[in-house]
Amino acid sequence: MTLPAFDYHRAASVAEAVAMLVEQGEGARLLAGGHSLLPLMRRRRSRPRLLIDLGGLAELAGIDDGGDHLHIGALTRHHDVATSPLVAAEAPLLARAASLVGDPQVRNRGTIGGSLAHADPAADLAAAALALDATVVITGPGGERHSAVGGLFGAPHRTTLAATEVLTAIRVPKRGGAPWSYQRFSRRAQDWPTVAVAAVGDPAAPRVALAAMAAVPWRARAVEEALAGGASAEAAATLADEGCDPPSDLAASADYRRHLARILTRRALEEAS
Amino acid sequence: MAHPVTVTVNGAVTSHRVAAPTTLVEYLRDVLDLTATNEGCDTTSCGSCTVHLDGEAVKACTVLAVQAHGRSVTTVEGLAGGPGGGLHPLLEAFRAEHGVQCGYCTPGMVMAVLGLLERCPHPDEAQVRTALKGNLCRCTGYHNIVAAVLAASGATGAAGQP
Repeated sequence: MTLPAFDYHRAASVAEAVAMLVEQGEGARLLAGGHSLLPLMRRRRSRPRLLIDLGGLAELAGIDDGGDHLHIGALTRHHDVATSPLVAAEAPLLARAASLVGDPQVRNRGTIGGSLAHADPAADLAAAALALDATVVITGPGGERHSAVGGLFGAPHRTTLAATEVLTAIRVPKRGGAPWSYQRFSRRAQDWPTVAVAAVGDPAAPRVALAAMAAVPWRARAVEEALAGGASAEAAATLADEGCDPPSDLAASADYRRHLARILTRRALEEAS
Repeated sequence: MAHPVTVTVNGAVTSHRVAAPTTLVEYLRDVLDLTATNEGCDTTSCGSCTVHLDGEAVKACTVLAVQAHGRSVTTVEGLAGGPGGGLHPLLEAFRAEHGVQCGYCTPGMVMAVLGLLERCPHPDEAQVRTALKGNLCRCTGYHNIVAAVLAASGATGAAGQP
């Protein structure tokens, strides 16, 4: 299906983009790589009047060492996250998840900020960012604020960002030494995950996140609490779908997703221990 | 409202005014009349519209022409011929191995594979299949396409030049 009509503006700075969002209100949307937004627009599930293109803002792309964390600009592409030696050393789970998004062409265009702001409950990078306890950096008319990534997701394809805010970066605590796992199931190579499980085996605070099991990317807190209470990986994994409301769709029934979540969580906990 | 775009395509500077929703594949085919790049699914799935944007494989149905402003695009028409003016070695390998049936996916396959061979000149079969994850072929079963890429490995240097 062809794209609906819209107008286009190439932003010269984040401040200008924020000012335009203030002026345009809900009718404007930000464009990064376009690999989430343009397909939604083709399906008429998003009908912005104006796209504000952040693509020319080089200051929003790149991966920097922030001391105890990695600072990853919102426009950093999946390919760059997947192949960064810094990410491989300090947040290998994120590199792994980025390497599995879409296909090589998609990874050459899609961005980490765009993926998180798309707020798809099945997103690989959202599950990885949740398990890594990442923070997002947000710029709005009142300046900059930080939010735990879990607070970003409101509903399928809806963030909690105000219409005037721009997600500018993601900060990922360095977890280079912690065991981790990313378990992903899909029927076809380029599909979104039917279910995926991201786990970081931090002994003090194990973290487990699920993709495609709820209306938002989901922290499996029942699993985490069971592990913290001394449960085995096998026992904790049986709680993986607790509190979840997985969808039934062409890829899988809700019951099958619950089954997958428990199996993949067990595998993830065994690998990340 | 029309927006001015300037894109270097296969080495030639092109400048036109386009409506914002014009995709890069529409710009190539409908504005520049470069019709080798095919549009298949329209949903970033099939890879038929794969071209190189600043030297990297992308799906041109999900890039706006305005997003390509100031950048360089290479399509399969832009692949230099081999010594003596024949086909580019990758195209020659697709011909020799019969990596084509209906041919609709082929330009996209070639541009996706070119991206692989530039990063990894001697891929093994698993690497070829992984690199083609974003390209669908409904005819060949992929066997001869993979064989063509393996036959071409090492024959393509940087920037796709033989």
